[in-house]
Amino acid sequence: MTTQLPSPAPLMARPQSPMPLPTPRGPLSDALLRVLTGAADPAVLHDEVADVLAAPTGSWLEHDDVQLALTCMYELHYRGLDGVDDDWEWQPDVLAARAALERAVEAELRERVTVDVPVDTSAAAVARTLFTLTSSDDGPSMSRWIARRAQREQLEEFVVHRSVYQLKEADPHTWSVPRLGGAPKVALMEIQSDEYGAGDPERAHAALFAQAMRGLDLDDTYGRYVDHVPAITLAHPNVMSMFGLHRRLRGAIVGHLAAFEMTSSVPNRLYGNGMRRLGLGQDVTEYFDEHVEADAVHEQIAGRDMAGRLVEQEPTLGGDVVWGAAVCLALDGMWARYVLDRWEAGEPSLRQPVR
Amino acid sequence: MTPDDEVRDAARPPRPVRITPCPDGPLLVRGPVELVGADGETIVPRRRTVALCRCGGTGTPPWCDGTHKVNGFRTGD
Repeated sequence: MTTQLPSPAPLMARPQSPMPLPTPRGPLSDALLRVLTGAADPAVLHDEVADVLAAPTGSWLEHDDVQLALTCMYELHYRGLDGVDDDWEWQPDVLAARAALERAVEAELRERVTVDVPVDTSAAAVARTLFTLTSSDDGPSMSRWIARRAQREQLEEFVVHRSVYQLKEADPHTWSVPRLGGAPKVALMEIQSDEYGAGDPERAHAALFAQAMRGLDLDDTYGRYVDHVPAITLAHPNVMSMFGLHRRLRGAIVGHLAAFEMTSSVPNRLYGNGMRRLGLGQDVTEYFDEHVEADAVHEQIAGRDMAGRLVEQEPTLGGDVVWGAAVCLALDGMWARYVLDRWEAGEPSLRQPVR
Repeated sequence: MTPDDEVRDAARPPRPVRITPCPDGPLLVRGPVELVGADGETIVPRRRTVALCRCGGTGTPPWCDGTHKVNGFRTGD
């Protein structure tokens, strides 16, 4: 008779842990982490932010110190940081520092990503605009690489990158629920209900992703791999948090979700195929297979009933809805380019190995 | 069915199934619909709102898998 070892409790049945404190990536994130752990006066943040913003940079989206600092600041609004008092969430010096960084990030995104403001603001026209935008995206294809070429190590790297967002999947968009009313709010909740398992904790998409991580012998602890991923991987969830936390940007977060859903079902089928090619089982592929079907539904709800009806209600949001969608495509494209460039050069895409 | 359900159902008739034909896309189905396959077996949906393939290209019949976006399917509306 063999002894049955207890399997680790599924994600949703475990106590929900805060994000582990990450390793600083420069003077700003170092100062921030010292402030949050009581080792420095919060007033130092003002000068640190001014210094980092005054230094020349290629892109704030690829700036490790800035993106890690933003990740920690936003995390105060989600699960919190290990050992950091929850009161820091609304501390004025931290909020002022975040606002200064957000202005720089938003200014770069507004310059980098430009769209035509939709003239026809009917729900059907907005949905058509979004479907056209997302289907004409010619960014580098991570999903084709995973389907055809990825080896086990690269597949693991892919999942590690994605874990930063996927373990809190749907949460940034949920910030927008009380900012919407009527039909777009109902549509958003129809999507989010599915994202959160529709009454079954084990079917929550974050839980399915954690299951896939365990199937690959990766650690599914929330925030476990923040130290491993580059700035551009942190940038996309950070931008989602910025869109979600500002009422002014409610059009952008809605457009972002629409684009996210519209670029999901076909790539997820390819991800699942790549995993089957490498001999991985249903425990790993289930998350990706679920998204093929779920997001084929979600993209229709998101395009017409959520984004389209929001622009019908508030035509002045039309530009930001389309812009938020375009930002989603741009950030996904920048991330895929970064990772694929390294893989094609035979290099790892993570800052440190997982094993 | 509990007595409470009976009272509620009598007071408020169930909403009819709502089907939305999505331009260039699937049929979106909301409501208590029963799907039966050609073999007579019931097809159990895994979510409350489902999308039925209309382009014929899906790899997960009868559900839509987004293939209409890459196979040129047009509904003309």
